[in-house]
Amino acid sequence: MSGIPMDRAAYEAEERAATNRLGMWTFLATEVMFFGGMFVAYVLYRSSYPDAFAVGSRTMELGCGTANTAVLLVSSFFMALGDRAARKGDRGALRGCLVLVALLGMAFLAIKGYEYASKVDEGLIPGRGFRYPGPPQLPLFMTLYFAMTGLHALHMILGVCAVAWLLWRSSPRRHQSVPVEPVAIVGLYWHFVDCIWIFLYPLFYLIGR
Amino acid sequence: MKRLLRENRDLALVLAGLLLLLFASAATVLLPPAAWKSPFSLAVAVAKTALVAAIFMRLREHGGLTRVFAAAGVCWLAILAVLSAADYLTR
Amino acid sequence: MNTLPPLAAPPRAEPDYLRRDRSLRSWLCTHDHKRIGVLFLFTLTGFFLLGAIAAAGMRYALLSPQGNLVVSDLYNRLFTMHGVIMIWFFLVPSIPTVFGNFILPMAIGAPDVAFPRLNLASWYVFLAGGVLVLTAIGAGGVDTGWTFYTPYSSTYANGYVMLMASGVFVTGFSSIFTGLNFIVTVHRRRAPGMTWFRLPLFVWAIYATSIILVLATPVLAITLFLMALERGFGVGVFDPRIGGDPLLFQHLFWFYSHPAVYIMILPGMGVVSELLTCFSRKPIFGYRVMAFAILAIAGLGFLVWGHHMFVSSESLYAGLVFSLLSFLVSVPSAIKVFSWTATLHRGSIRLQAPMLYGLGFVALFTIGGLTGVALATLPLDVHLHGTYFVVAHFHYIMVGGMLMAYMGALHYWWPKMTGRLYHDWLARISALTIFLGFNLTFFPQFVLGYLGMPRRYAIYPPEFHTLNVLSTAGASVLGVGYLLPLFYLSWSFFRGRPAGPNPWGATGLEWRTASPPPKDNFEETPVVTEGPYAYRPEEAAP
Repeated sequence: MSGIPMDRAAYEAEERAATNRLGMWTFLATEVMFFGGMFVAYVLYRSSYPDAFAVGSRTMELGCGTANTAVLLVSSFFMALGDRAARKGDRGALRGCLVLVALLGMAFLAIKGYEYASKVDEGLIPGRGFRYPGPPQLPLFMTLYFAMTGLHALHMILGVCAVAWLLWRSSPRRHQSVPVEPVAIVGLYWHFVDCIWIFLYPLFYLIGR
Repeated sequence: MKRLLRENRDLALVLAGLLLLLFASAATVLLPPAAWKSPFSLAVAVAKTALVAAIFMRLREHGGLTRVFAAAGVCWLAILAVLSAADYLTR
Repeated sequence: MNTLPPLAAPPRAEPDYLRRDRSLRSWLCTHDHKRIGVLFLFTLTGFFLLGAIAAAGMRYALLSPQGNLVVSDLYNRLFTMHGVIMIWFFLVPSIPTVFGNFILPMAIGAPDVAFPRLNLASWYVFLAGGVLVLTAIGAGGVDTGWTFYTPYSSTYANGYVMLMASGVFVTGFSSIFTGLNFIVTVHRRRAPGMTWFRLPLFVWAIYATSIILVLATPVLAITLFLMALERGFGVGVFDPRIGGDPLLFQHLFWFYSHPAVYIMILPGMGVVSELLTCFSRKPIFGYRVMAFAILAIAGLGFLVWGHHMFVSSESLYAGLVFSLLSFLVSVPSAIKVFSWTATLHRGSIRLQAPMLYGLGFVALFTIGGLTGVALATLPLDVHLHGTYFVVAHFHYIMVGGMLMAYMGALHYWWPKMTGRLYHDWLARISALTIFLGFNLTFFPQFVLGYLGMPRRYAIYPPEFHTLNVLSTAGASVLGVGYLLPLFYLSWSFFRGRPAGPNPWGATGLEWRTASPPPKDNFEETPVVTEGPYAYRPEEAAP
């Protein structure tokens, strides 16, 4: 910790950035454990009831799932692009990217909403109203599906709100500097939520097909 | 925006790779059921996550400590999975 | 220890952190880690009293074998209340949120934690969870036990399970925020020269605790969420009728709750290292081994959770694995006990109140730990599971160990936090009262458990009557011992003698600044040039 540079402000800014980054990665580790509990439940139940899980997977709309994955991957791309724009000080490009990220996030949620609604029609909601014909363990699959994608969707909503906040924060009228660090931190969160979905997709949509 | 896209072609390449992987795993449904499909889809998911983490989340650039923190969650999850499986597989 | 000269007289350049701004608003909106520590101190004291009242109710009920002083349903709600409050609203936060918050930044030479606003948020989130739990209790409570086992909790339990579980869920985030804050603080806010192996063991302990907090608590959150899903929506995650497994709940629950006991004990171990070195005027024996032992306990603690389910239909082979791993985790704890003993050897022992608590910890934790090894032995556990032996075991660790360390920390750092000294002879009497009362309360419970008395029962066979009466008598003595500090510490805040910056003659950066400290802790950033515990037994302590 010797050799403190002459430019104190730059040093402190870099310190702050590294600290925030470490904080966000720590938080992401907690999120891995949070979702992870359900992933473990999924793995254990699937190994016990592979047929029921295959039946469940076939009730999923593969087109919607694949489209949603593509939507999120593209949104991550624009988030990363926006991060680079912010670091170069390009406010206009940053805001353009953020708008695209938000729109793609909302598209994801819309497709998800459509999927949930169609499950209601088919009687696949676990609980007292379950009436889809299949193996007795099928509600287990559906419970895990709604719990995991539901929590994921909640994280998406929070992510979209965070991106909206970034748009406010990067507005030229209110603030002078481009919010480089907040963009990086929100970006980490956004990419992480994308990674969760990257795993949810094969786990729910691609079994037994 | 166009200039931004031009200057950051590496990101676009990563996106192309990600979408390719996605369609590869989705396309497996066209083939008859087989045992290799599940491990393959999982491997694809791992590859996509690795790309997102390394490039989009900039783990490739950042130092060791960040990578340790990133790996910690996954390792601890593995503990939960493995030792629980020890019970379920031996009942 | 560092290049700052010891303070001859407290600087009066600026008022200390307590007196800078006395408005309520400045307290409720503070970013100062010291004030947040004090806020937690008051909050936790309140919760401790509530949990103690529940315990008093239980011990009162157990005075009679027929349990006709309290009906069974009420008894079940009492022990649930006692467990939930004592574990999540006292023990888990205790040392980290009070002394971790107050002392850790100073101990590493920092002006504050890495994320001060997150720190304040942690307190408010804690309060929010507390409000939910208190509401559940006030409305009638829950009778599932603090462990919320399915299928009882998720299907037919009467009571406010959802409310209680929500409260615990919310409070879990308080733990996560605190742990996250400390991890980043220790990594990035150490003063110049404060390398990892110059850190006091208290800091190592809080750091390791924070790792557990951050990695284990989220699993509790998701487990309670799944249980609530099953209860609230009738969906069966743990329902055998659709292939669910009630034991899965226990796997997920104990994956958090076993490391949780290390969350509770590790900070206490850190405190004990500070106390024993200061009051025997000797460096710790085997500093690096102690630091690695702390990390080993934190790591290995994640591998043993199945020992709570030996008789719950877990497979025999998994049970064997968990039993072996549980034996393994006792090794670093034992190493610590040997090291503390060696630290005392040929030291210049001073038996002031903090030291009495530290010594009490070593003795009682050892007994608790050894009985833990007994419980980890599969065939013994078949007989002892669900009996008072288990209850005695964990109370020896939690109350005999952890709570003694908490009291020791309180008495050790009280002069630093308040700038006042308390009457040491009164404090020593309290410590001895607590020690005697504790043993009278809990030692009979080992015997009761061995003889087969089950836990969580309001009624018991008449042959256990005498031991239960002894236990309740002990609990009364224990209660007196805990009430006394409430009085003499409060008194000392207003009328105690000024403490000066370093009344114990301790090493550690926190003693190199005024008592109470100024807002930014140090007049200028300290520079560290040597390791911790640079004591010499020949030197007289003040």
